[in-house]
Amino acid sequence: MQKHLFTYLLHLADNALVLGQRNAEWTGHGPVLEQDIAITNISLDLIGQARHFYQYAAKGFNQMAAEEKTAADQLLPRIWKSYGRELEEDDLAMLRDEHQYRNLLITELPKGDWAFSILRQYFFSVFQFYQYEALQCSTDPDIAAIAEKSIKETAYHVRWSAEWVIRLGDGTNESHQRIRQALSELWMFTGEFFEASPFETSLASTGTGADPAAIKQKWMDAVSVVFSEAGLDIPVAPALQSGGKKGIHTEYMGYLLAEMQFLQRTYPNAQW
Amino acid sequence: MNGQDQYRQEIHSMEKQKIMELLYEVKDPEVPVLSILDLGIVREVKVYTEEDQQKVEISITPTYSGCPAMDVISMDIRLKLIEKGYRHVVIRQQLSPAWTTDWMTEEGKNKLRSYGIAPPNPKQQFCITEMFQEELVNCPRCNSTHTNLISQFGSTACKAMYKCLDCTETFDYFKCH
Ligand SMILES: [Zn+2]
Repeated sequence: MQKHLFTYLLHLADNALVLGQRNAEWTGHGPVLEQDIAITNISLDLIGQARHFYQYAAKGFNQMAAEEKTAADQLLPRIWKSYGRELEEDDLAMLRDEHQYRNLLITELPKGDWAFSILRQYFFSVFQFYQYEALQCSTDPDIAAIAEKSIKETAYHVRWSAEWVIRLGDGTNESHQRIRQALSELWMFTGEFFEASPFETSLASTGTGADPAAIKQKWMDAVSVVFSEAGLDIPVAPALQSGGKKGIHTEYMGYLLAEMQFLQRTYPNAQW
Repeated sequence: MNGQDQYRQEIHSMEKQKIMELLYEVKDPEVPVLSILDLGIVREVKVYTEEDQQKVEISITPTYSGCPAMDVISMDIRLKLIEKGYRHVVIRQQLSPAWTTDWMTEEGKNKLRSYGIAPPNPKQQFCITEMFQEELVNCPRCNSTHTNLISQFGSTACKAMYKCLDCTETFDYFKCH
């Protein structure tokens, strides 16, 4: 496994894990019990998808030649190096530092109100759906298998969140106001979906990865349909916030990691 | 093929039969009336001899990515086989082809129904992911089709919640996948 592929797997896993962690904050706080259960089940799906990618990344790393391992060094958790054992999925999920995460910024933003979480989920799920659609045809059989499995779950996430976008947008004055507010805060982060990082460009050229730029039009078309039903307009403002794929995160990321990683850092190798 | 190899192969296929019967006793921890064979997640059972030891390799397909039952199922399979004296057991997770509810057996669907969970509809005809479309789901108690979707996600990731408008029962529907 080469460094680009290792980075890409972390990127895919980190997106799912970080958003899964954010959605899990709704546990016990959803507007009604059924929707609390729905968004936390989506969390579970996302964290499960992240596990598949981390498992594959760890396995690939353990099989790397020595010089490839050195090339990937910047992405490895420091604490793990003192363990003296092979890399495992949990090390990647729970022990890296902030600058080693490659998730999209949109996934790490605080959960906000229900409208914010819904709209973020919708934007992300539509993107993830088309990304998995492309990855099902990846020349890497492990990635293709994970995508084939995950896209079924993502199809449900798209449906659920799209219905809620319409319900809120086309609902009461207050719900409409809230989702418009969410839109104005989230839109600037949507450009990062389609901005190819060097590792994505390299992997797309070999058919291993998906070219995010090629997803843009499909994403726009899907969002336009739902927005027209929801009575929302696609903003004209540019969407320029990015950095996650390079490891440059928002101020919120550190707090998220502090909560998520506390147990493994305080009690190394603790088991459930 | 010499006589010893043939003999060995017969032993292996008899062992495989026995293991299938044991797997029938391993249940889905979240729906304990269903065995993992009913669920359709067992892809392959291999029995082979390596370095004079008999080894067993079982491939299972996860249902949902985040399904916490999968780790429990792997452990239950291992325990069940160890209990019966199989010491070298490897359990592999196989992601592709992805599991679908179409692999659930008819017997499994009947067991679900009598347990109070509506079994998944066949995928081709009914599986719906378009917005605001409701799948036609029969009430597992009174068989009425007069039912309403309450939530697309129920007590676990694999289920949706429905309500029967005739007998007024709320019930889980095992979503098609
Ligand atoms: Zn009924």
